[in-house]
Amino acid sequence: MFIQQLINGLTLGSIYALIALGYTMVYGVLLMINFAHSEIFMIGAYIGLWALTAIPAFASFTITGFIITFLVVLLFSGLLAVSVEKLAYKPLRQAPRLSPLISAIGVSIVLQNLIMLFVSNQSMPLPEFKTTRYQIFSAEVDTLQIFIFCFSIALMLLLNLFISKTKFGKAMRATAHSHSVSQLMGINSSSMIAMVFFIGGALGGIAGMLNGMYYGSIKYNMGFFPGIKAFTAAVLGGIGNVKGAMLGGFLLGLIETFSAGYISSQNKDVITFCVLILMLVFKPTGILGENVTEKV
Amino acid sequence: MKFKNIAIITAFITAIVLPLIMQASANYYAIHVLGLLGIYAILCVGLNITIGYTGLLDLGFMAFYAIGAYIGIILSAKGISFWYIIPISLFIGGTFRYLLGAPVLRLRGDYLAIVTLAFGEITRLLLNNLDFLTNGPKGLPRVGETVLPISIFSFTLRNDIHFYYLIVFFLALAIIVSYRLEHSRLGRAFVAIREDETAAELSGINVSNTKLLAFVISGMFGSLAGTIYAHWIGFISPESFTFWESIFLVCMLVIGGMGSISGAILGAFILAGIPEFLRPVLGSGFIDYRMLIFGLLLVVVIIFRPQGLLPSKRRNLELRMNKNSE
Repeated sequence: MFIQQLINGLTLGSIYALIALGYTMVYGVLLMINFAHSEIFMIGAYIGLWALTAIPAFASFTITGFIITFLVVLLFSGLLAVSVEKLAYKPLRQAPRLSPLISAIGVSIVLQNLIMLFVSNQSMPLPEFKTTRYQIFSAEVDTLQIFIFCFSIALMLLLNLFISKTKFGKAMRATAHSHSVSQLMGINSSSMIAMVFFIGGALGGIAGMLNGMYYGSIKYNMGFFPGIKAFTAAVLGGIGNVKGAMLGGFLLGLIETFSAGYISSQNKDVITFCVLILMLVFKPTGILGENVTEKV
Repeated sequence: MKFKNIAIITAFITAIVLPLIMQASANYYAIHVLGLLGIYAILCVGLNITIGYTGLLDLGFMAFYAIGAYIGIILSAKGISFWYIIPISLFIGGTFRYLLGAPVLRLRGDYLAIVTLAFGEITRLLLNNLDFLTNGPKGLPRVGETVLPISIFSFTLRNDIHFYYLIVFFLALAIIVSYRLEHSRLGRAFVAIREDETAAELSGINVSNTKLLAFVISGMFGSLAGTIYAHWIGFISPESFTFWESIFLVCMLVIGGMGSISGAILGAFILAGIPEFLRPVLGSGFIDYRMLIFGLLLVVVIIFRPQGLLPSKRRNLELRMNKNSE
């Protein structure tokens, strides 16, 4: 039981970590909660489904088909996130702090209803992904779980390399530190913000696709719970901190599966939400977050 | 007479007379919708105290509506009269609001929004899971239990139109309380906190206590509306109190005008009323599109008219002054 929950928790956790990265990067740069991120996650899954069914050869999950599907998801969900930013958040850069959050809620309603009205209001199945099961002690793990875990880890390592080693990553960190000063150094902060949204959206969309494959079906309202949980993960690790989001994601996945296994499966979401509230009340900076004093 | 007074009197007379006309023309559905509008208006006037006056974004207001509704049904099934349940519900709703608010109100605005959201979801999930108290997803009252009808002296409320007038009475009460509050010392303290917490603190306002007070008072409006709703409809289940309902209220406030009572009521009327009244004209397929339209409206209003459709005078002045100083 313990090992089984550990495996499930790590699989779930890697999906949460991918979503949490989007929240944390946007928060790091704009200090806003991108409430619509959970819908990008949902739409990512729909783009994946569309790519898999539009091209019949892909449905059998050949390697090339698979790679192309993921690239399509990555590109379109990234572009969607960037256009949401341009349309709904950019005009509010100077507005009071709560305005972008309200705008994001509006975007979230719009995206969810677009899918519900024009695609389907029922859950839709994804083409079946053939898996083989392996036995580890008393627990079972299948190829899909291994794939989700390894793929997410690879994406996170890539992102880490990108942020710490490349020039773009450096510019992004500078923008997060201070918009005005980085602009004086010749960094175009608004294109950096767009890039942050692109990367965050792309990771969120891929997480949606992985989530759809894991559970076998997708629905227009599938984003809400994973979205809140990933936000919790971002807070848990220290919002604004990329490594924190990864750590928080895995931690939250484990908290969820273990509380489902050992405490009450009915109340696992209640426990997650309590973690969120307790974390925000007692240590809002998270595990890896730095102490930022409130500026006047 | 000033235009504002004329508008208020006209609105009041319409609220009294309109359902009589509908009753006469046997348009019972319209009366039901008007009653629901009244409930939404009470909720909006209450939520306006947190979001509009004090500037605290609350995304879980329906939790307190749910608490009020469940208290209403549970106590009513035990044979307690509506008029005793109201103060009990206000007290319990206020207590829950206090227990939530005391630790979390010192959080920054957007964090607070997420915490209230989480609390709203916790409440809904617990209502679903605590079978012994709430009968789970099957809702209350249980089979065999009945809700005690409301009676005023010897007159018993039976039809929608009776409840409509009860709701209008409480709405009027809510508006008066909210209006008096807005123009009191406390109300000015709320607004001062919304504008600048540090400056408010320096002017001698006890920020955390004042925020807590605003939070508790507005929660009580929520429980009040819940208790009335539960007595009126006579059946409740956790499904009625989802996160999207709380968001729906926020949409009403933002579109109507945060910080203004008339804006809050207008918002309730536009979002809850217009789709229902247009249903016979445009067909019920139109209803499916309403959330899409409201979502778009929310984005458009917050970008192009952040003060809402019917802004409060004070807020309007501030926004204009901010523009000039930039």
